Amino acid sequence: MGNENDHWLKKLMDNPWLLLVLGIVVPTLSYTVWGLVEVMSLPPATLP
Amino acid sequence: MSAIPGFLKGNFRSNESRTCDTTGLPVCNTASLFIQLHAVFAVVFLLVGAVAAILLALTRWPAVHLLPADWFYRVLTLHGVNMLLFWIIFLEVAIVYFASTSLLNSRLFSKGLAWAGFLLMVIGAVLVDYIILIGGADVLFTSYYPLPGHPFFYLGLILFAVGALLAMINFLLTLHIAKRDKTYEGSVPLVVFGATAAVIIAVLTIATGAAILIPTLLWAAGIVDIIDAGIYRVVWWGMGHVSQQINVTAMVSVWYFMFSLTTGAKPLNHAVCRGAFVLYILFINLASAHHLLVDPGVSTAWSIWNTSYAMYLAVLASMIHGFTVPAALEIAMRKKGYRQGVFGWLTNAPWGNPGFSSIFMSLVIFGFIGGITGVTIGTEQINIIVHNTLKLPAHFHGTVVGGTTLAFTGLAYYVVPLIFRREYYMKGLAKIQPYIFVVGILIVILGMQFAGSTGVPRRHWDVSFAGSPIPIPKMESGWLALVGVGGVIAFTGLLIFILLTVATVFFGRSNKGKPMESWGDVKDVSASAGAWTKEDEHKTPGTWALVSILLVSFVVYYFSNWKALADVWWVR
Amino acid sequence: MSFLIPEKDWFKAPDKGERNWIAIGIVWCLIMSVMMPYWHVAGKQNSRGESYKVKPEDFSARVQKFVETNSVGKLGNIPIVQPNPGGHAYLMGGGYIWYPILKLKQGQKYTLHISSTDYQHGFSVQPINMNFQILPGYDHVLEITPTSTGEFNIVCNEFCGARHHVMTGKIIVE
Repeated sequence: MGNENDHWLKKLMDNPWLLLVLGIVVPTLSYTVWGLVEVMSLPPATLP
Repeated sequence: MSAIPGFLKGNFRSNESRTCDTTGLPVCNTASLFIQLHAVFAVVFLLVGAVAAILLALTRWPAVHLLPADWFYRVLTLHGVNMLLFWIIFLEVAIVYFASTSLLNSRLFSKGLAWAGFLLMVIGAVLVDYIILIGGADVLFTSYYPLPGHPFFYLGLILFAVGALLAMINFLLTLHIAKRDKTYEGSVPLVVFGATAAVIIAVLTIATGAAILIPTLLWAAGIVDIIDAGIYRVVWWGMGHVSQQINVTAMVSVWYFMFSLTTGAKPLNHAVCRGAFVLYILFINLASAHHLLVDPGVSTAWSIWNTSYAMYLAVLASMIHGFTVPAALEIAMRKKGYRQGVFGWLTNAPWGNPGFSSIFMSLVIFGFIGGITGVTIGTEQINIIVHNTLKLPAHFHGTVVGGTTLAFTGLAYYVVPLIFRREYYMKGLAKIQPYIFVVGILIVILGMQFAGSTGVPRRHWDVSFAGSPIPIPKMESGWLALVGVGGVIAFTGLLIFILLTVATVFFGRSNKGKPMESWGDVKDVSASAGAWTKEDEHKTPGTWALVSILLVSFVVYYFSNWKALADVWWVR
Repeated sequence: MSFLIPEKDWFKAPDKGERNWIAIGIVWCLIMSVMMPYWHVAGKQNSRGESYKVKPEDFSARVQKFVETNSVGKLGNIPIVQPNPGGHAYLMGGGYIWYPILKLKQGQKYTLHISSTDYQHGFSVQPINMNFQILPGYDHVLEITPTSTGEFNIVCNEFCGARHHVMTGKIIVE
């Protein structure tokens, strides 16, 4: 389908599988993994 | 099929397809069966959610205060789950099955997969509703850990999600075989691209959902306990908010589709529209952070980056759609000869066609109410004066109800005559149905918005606080009466839609073998409107007027919320 | 048509109208992006306090100690507790009450620790409408400075069980 000379953005838009991978990896790393790392690395309270 | 530009030879097996008598598009009979099954069940769950909605509205209306407390929370759980998951996802499966077959000249990848997905979704949804109604899961839609729900509540959700995942896989594999079998040449249509974006977001929803629902099921069943409240919230919202971005994306695709179908609108620039969908795929799902802005545990950097969808790139995408969708409509109408003044194209639009009026009102409500409020209250600090007040449901009734549900009901006015091949009963009533629904839902949103601004909590049975251990004064509740009144009107509008649709699907007059009866077309009067030049293809003064009003409203609402925040006690 | 296969040369630059709108959109998005960091520097209301992990029984014991050392009276059988200005105060959500009642001084800064002993709660101070999420297992620390005087009511705005709607509390500011 695609042409070698196509713009990279057009190639991306014509590739649902690559979009699927990006659509899962980007939010999972940015939101879920980063958020979990922060929540799970909280220190214990000292309750002064 | 050769009449459709870009289509080559379809990959249908013998007797597996027909040609639509109205549009000339191919219809895969297997896909058609599953579009019908999913659409029918979508409407059934819409009815469950709607009955729950009116009970809730009549309870939050202080003068009526209908349900007892335990049933209020039970029905609230039922309303959330049926509306936010079952109604919308059943209809979305119907949409993506249609988009990947009729619009790509392809058969559906697998009938077995479609059956398996459908049955799992039905079994899961029925199980969840049953458990809720017997009082086994008074935990609301969010089922926040450690509120205990019956294990079968989570099991039902998991079965539903697995079923939906099978449907999404069926869609993606249908894309694959259409491309492999060369049923079309070039790139997929914009509507299919939008549907693909929705499916990608759905896959993310389900993957994240598995990551939280499976441990929660194991905990509820007393097997292991590996989660805590903070972890639950991060991961659950990675599913809960993302599931609603499926709706946004599917809804925008339906806008494009329906404006083309009802007025012949063409996208101005495919690269721009598709680029906006790519921004959704990449960034819209960071906004799950909206729910954790006043939580303990997550940092400022995480909050600002994620709540802003990576510096508002998904907002930019919505602003792009908010321009390109009406602009396409404006140009199509002007080309047909409606060139008077700034808004002649709009006043002459087919307002009596429920498939048009629903979509246009969905666009306006989503943009002006759902969008503006959502971005504003999802601002890190502004969330302090909004979190868990009624301003929150005011926002998402502007996105999910005034936006998605309205758009999907508008779509149904074409799905029923084209796929079920039956003509609607009482077309006159159908034509005013969207307006009744919109008036009602706008009143509901208004009531929630202003009640929420005075601090009235969401998810709350009684703001008189009678019987509290520390007596406090009753909360100002005048605005809550609007929620009740609007609820009655919106419910009436929705019930008209459901009754007409169900009656038509089962008993309506067949239109097999001939085009569907028009809901009201736009006459081409260009012959008397003068020459149409190449420059006219880019002139959209009406759209510019609309988006200018939108931007000014956005700026005013956004900064007035900062102003309100500045009056609060100092806190850090 | 948006539902038909696009023409082969669909991938092209936007025209002037679309370019202008996208440019306007980017400017607005940048303004909104800057507002949040700006308010952390210049604003007085920020939602990002410190927080720590805590066992509910440890937090509950600390609240009891706080009540014993700083109690100044009772409303019904609920203690009214006055923390030292500039000092630490403790508030516990659970069993459908915000415990104890706090007595604060206007214009003084307090380090307020809030946690839950059972389910998730919404700490919602009315009528000023300030809202935070409270989780069991987490010590949510807020530095607050009351800027107005009077009796302020705390409601719970996160569903926490069958009697969620009776969960209240009070902050008295002099």
